[in-house]
Amino acid sequence: MNDYNFGYLDEQTKRMIRRAILKGLAIPGYQVPFASREMPMPYGWGTGGVQVSAATLIPEDTFKVIDQGADDTTNAISIRKFFEKTSGIDVTETTSQATVIQTRHRIPETPLTEDQILVYQVPIPEPLRFLEPSEVETRKMHALEEYGLMHVKLYEDISRHGAIATSYAYPVKIEGRYIMDPSPIPKFDNPKMEMAAIQLFGAGREQRIYALPPYTQVVSLDFEDYPFEASKADHACNICGAENTYLDEVIIDDAGGRIFVCSDTDFCANNQTAGEGKPQ
Amino acid sequence: MTQSYEGGFASPSHDAARAFRSLMNAMAKPGRPFDMSGATGPMPMSDAAAATVLTLCDPETPLALMGAWNCEDVRNWVTFHTGAPLVDAAKAMFVLGDWATMLPLDQFNNGDPQYPDRSATLIIECTQFTHAAHELSGPGIQTTQTFDVPDLFAFQSNAAQFPLGLDFVFCTTSQVAAVPRSTQLQEI
Repeated sequence: MNDYNFGYLDEQTKRMIRRAILKGLAIPGYQVPFASREMPMPYGWGTGGVQVSAATLIPEDTFKVIDQGADDTTNAISIRKFFEKTSGIDVTETTSQATVIQTRHRIPETPLTEDQILVYQVPIPEPLRFLEPSEVETRKMHALEEYGLMHVKLYEDISRHGAIATSYAYPVKIEGRYIMDPSPIPKFDNPKMEMAAIQLFGAGREQRIYALPPYTQVVSLDFEDYPFEASKADHACNICGAENTYLDEVIIDDAGGRIFVCSDTDFCANNQTAGEGKPQ
Repeated sequence: MTQSYEGGFASPSHDAARAFRSLMNAMAKPGRPFDMSGATGPMPMSDAAAATVLTLCDPETPLALMGAWNCEDVRNWVTFHTGAPLVDAAKAMFVLGDWATMLPLDQFNNGDPQYPDRSATLIIECTQFTHAAHELSGPGIQTTQTFDVPDLFAFQSNAAQFPLGLDFVFCTTSQVAAVPRSTQLQEI
């Protein structure tokens, strides 16, 4: 008997996480406290996402993990192997074939369907935390819908930089009620959050789970005269030629040479195979 | 008396995972039925309600059994399989019964403004789902979804308390559907 319990965690822990997920779905954008467990990886490496995935996966699932859009980075490979070993599920790198996708800091470029679930790894779930360090106070602010401070922060961005300089973890308002941290995804991804898939957010160290049902209204905060803009680097991908994807800037030599490439490796690879791009 | 010991998940880890997927889909897509099976409880519990209780309840979740569901067979079954403490309506995290046994709804905990997740989840047995009289909208619903609730006004009042409020899981013999507090309802 060397087998792991399906999903690694014990059944009681999974029930506790499952109850938190259901309440999270019932109150979109509200952070549900949960009793985060120690996982066989350090906090900060996606323990929240891993626990949510562990409680969500079924034996028939096909699992994909991305880290900043890439399937082939250390964190993504480790987590994928973890669930292969402890749950015996199928894994894939192809977005359209996955039923559960765990992500660190990106939303896949390929639109997700109603049959998919997107699990985010979240470092700091509280959008107000850097403005108000006290949990007691931020909890009151959420209860009273007292969100003026967040707009002051965005206003200070404008007064200092001439534009809203926040480029990732850009705060959103859910269904006109809760302000939520979308995890540190680039603000380029914010408009994609009104999607057909279920979105689950797990913060292991901070012990919070929150969730968005499909088609939930997600509004990026802005001002009438400074509207929200889903910005990206003003280039096309140097490998596949795509002009509408989020790009990573990569240094390629010691002379300061640099290229821009898609951060979503699966999308980029498909785009190359499809021959739509013109490699440079 | 062996009835109390039978009817649990054959493969607890896998069956609970599949049952939770149905529950999660139901809660995320209000008014849409999803298949629910794997457990068999004593009368008058439906199989879907039995699977729901096994998936969500354990010694940490006070459970209230209402009306005919508060009988010795169900009490013994729930206690043996989940260890959930059986409590009065006001203290319950989960409630099991049919609609008539649930009234009035204000006897249940509808959450705290700072902790709205602490509200009760009501597991309501019904014979079948119908989709004729009421129209749902809100998170989880692209445009609208038809689903008939037992009392429109009660559900509208519940939704009006958002982010406080109760969450409802409806169970037929083999399916579940949910109406969370975030769902808006109106007559067609």
